[in-house]
Amino acid sequence: MSQRPSTGFRTFRAITTVMMVTWLILPLVPLAIWSFSRSWFFPNVLPSAWSLQGWEYALSDRSGVIDALWLTIGISLGATVLSVLAGVPAGRALGMYNFRGKQFIELLILAPAIVPGIAVVLGIHVVFIWLGLANSIFGVILVHLIPTLPYMVLVMSGIFANYDPAFEAQARSLGASPLKTFWYVTVPAIMPGIIVGALFAFLISWSQYILTLLIGGGRVITLPLLLFNFATSGRNDLTGAISVIYIIPGILILILTARHLSGRSGAVGGFGQI
Amino acid sequence: MTHVSLQELTKVYPGATAPALDRLSLEIASGELTALLGPSGCGKTTTMKMIAGLLPVSSGEINFDGKSILREKPENRNVVMVFQNYLLFPYMSVADNIGFGLKMRKLPKDEIARRVAEILALVRLPDLGARKPKELSGGQQQRVALARALIVQPRVLLLDEPLSNLDAHLRFEMRDLIRNLQQEMGITTIFVTHDQEEAVVLADRIALILDGRLKQYDSAEAFYRRPIDEATARFFGSHNFVGGAVSDGAFDSPLGRIVLPNGIADGPGKLTFRPENLRIGPAAESENRLTATVLSKIYLGTQTRLRVQVGDEVIEVLANPNDATEIAEGETAPISLPAPALWVVR
Repeated sequence: MSQRPSTGFRTFRAITTVMMVTWLILPLVPLAIWSFSRSWFFPNVLPSAWSLQGWEYALSDRSGVIDALWLTIGISLGATVLSVLAGVPAGRALGMYNFRGKQFIELLILAPAIVPGIAVVLGIHVVFIWLGLANSIFGVILVHLIPTLPYMVLVMSGIFANYDPAFEAQARSLGASPLKTFWYVTVPAIMPGIIVGALFAFLISWSQYILTLLIGGGRVITLPLLLFNFATSGRNDLTGAISVIYIIPGILILILTARHLSGRSGAVGGFGQI
Repeated sequence: MTHVSLQELTKVYPGATAPALDRLSLEIASGELTALLGPSGCGKTTTMKMIAGLLPVSSGEINFDGKSILREKPENRNVVMVFQNYLLFPYMSVADNIGFGLKMRKLPKDEIARRVAEILALVRLPDLGARKPKELSGGQQQRVALARALIVQPRVLLLDEPLSNLDAHLRFEMRDLIRNLQQEMGITTIFVTHDQEEAVVLADRIALILDGRLKQYDSAEAFYRRPIDEATARFFGSHNFVGGAVSDGAFDSPLGRIVLPNGIADGPGKLTFRPENLRIGPAAESENRLTATVLSKIYLGTQTRLRVQVGDEVIEVLANPNDATEIAEGETAPISLPAPALWVVR
């Protein structure tokens, strides 16, 4: 730990830091500036006139941004909870047991991460109309599971591959019921995986556009849909303000859970299986 | 205090042709410490898991004090298993690990704390309650695992290879600790091991299981003095077997007529005697005196291992080093087979 990193490693670290800042953080700066500008034309470095109009409108009832924000949070939380509920048992089955057709099921679960969502969602749309799930919030939550579940299952199968079920037998023999065993023994052991998987699920659901548009049928207006509307209408100040609102939850989640992503927990180990 | 009775207990794993455990019947007296001894894969761990309820029984019966427990769930049997790798819950403190069983039994927190402190003192780890398991040594971890099991005062305590992960000096310390606590609390205890030495030093009685079947269920001494057959004797480290027949209290064999102790029935069989019970050298005197040619001699410190030949039979002798110093390879030497050391397997 106390060893000084070599010069080569320090150079590499400096370059990656610069690249990360350039590609991940710098693009956000103009958005933030746009949100406070009234007029900003090339070749000016900064806007010639500042204004809070964008923010005023974005935060007012008329724009619908706040409603969309709550709806998006609700849908993403719903998709996350369902992902955890389905992903933990699926990850356990794939990570711990061998059974016939396991590889096929792995492929099926992974497929949405590889096949473009739009190809799948057109078929699902028809089914959802039959089932009465189209144009509903619950339908949107369900369809968000297509892209979120693969990540959840992958993370959990990685966790369960390194999990010793003998701990559960030990708990049972000490007098714990199956439910208490799950709560006191299994859940703490797989918690890092649940946190990381839920984080992925939330952020993936948060950024869905096409799935929400098609299944929501224009009645379920989440933040990305609203953002796209304003972006194409040419109101740069408004677009900037909504973008900032849209980005904040992701950054917050990342900061709050960063320590679970890296470190010894190995929660992201499941990705080695792709 | 629980009397454990296994009746024709059988386990056939799905897809397996031979049963992992074949009609095992054992009566384990209340408060007794019994070893299930056998090589790995002989069905002994299977037996423990079935008693603990962690594995379904194929056929047969398990009774505690005359009542079947087969329908009881593992958490209701009050049978605690201590696994070989201890399985301390890594994210709980030592005190929380030990108190787990009482927490599951819904005891009040202050009572749990009091009893955890008591048992920590009993296993001589009084100040380690706040530590995490990974901060303990292997021997300490095992004592925590033992305390976690004992604190719930189980009807039956199951131990999986309790001494095998410990080095020599810790072995006897742990052996004494397990024996003392078990005797004090009077808990019927069953442990499995593949190591006959571990079984001998710890158990009141040993059940030897070979190939899924019970061979012999007896005191440790009986396995050395009166093994039931050649396989049993071999498992306990005996290598000397001479074919022949018993008549009128003596054994007729290629070695000549050997006088036997009383109480061995007539008929064909194999004479067996433990290498450490033979005597070699001029001082060797008894009713059964033979002349042997020394084939090889290895000095082992506290004993000297010799391979000697009598007629066509090769015999292994573990002699007192003082008796063997004068004897060289290729020479002849007298050996004696004291009658109490002799036994006939059929």
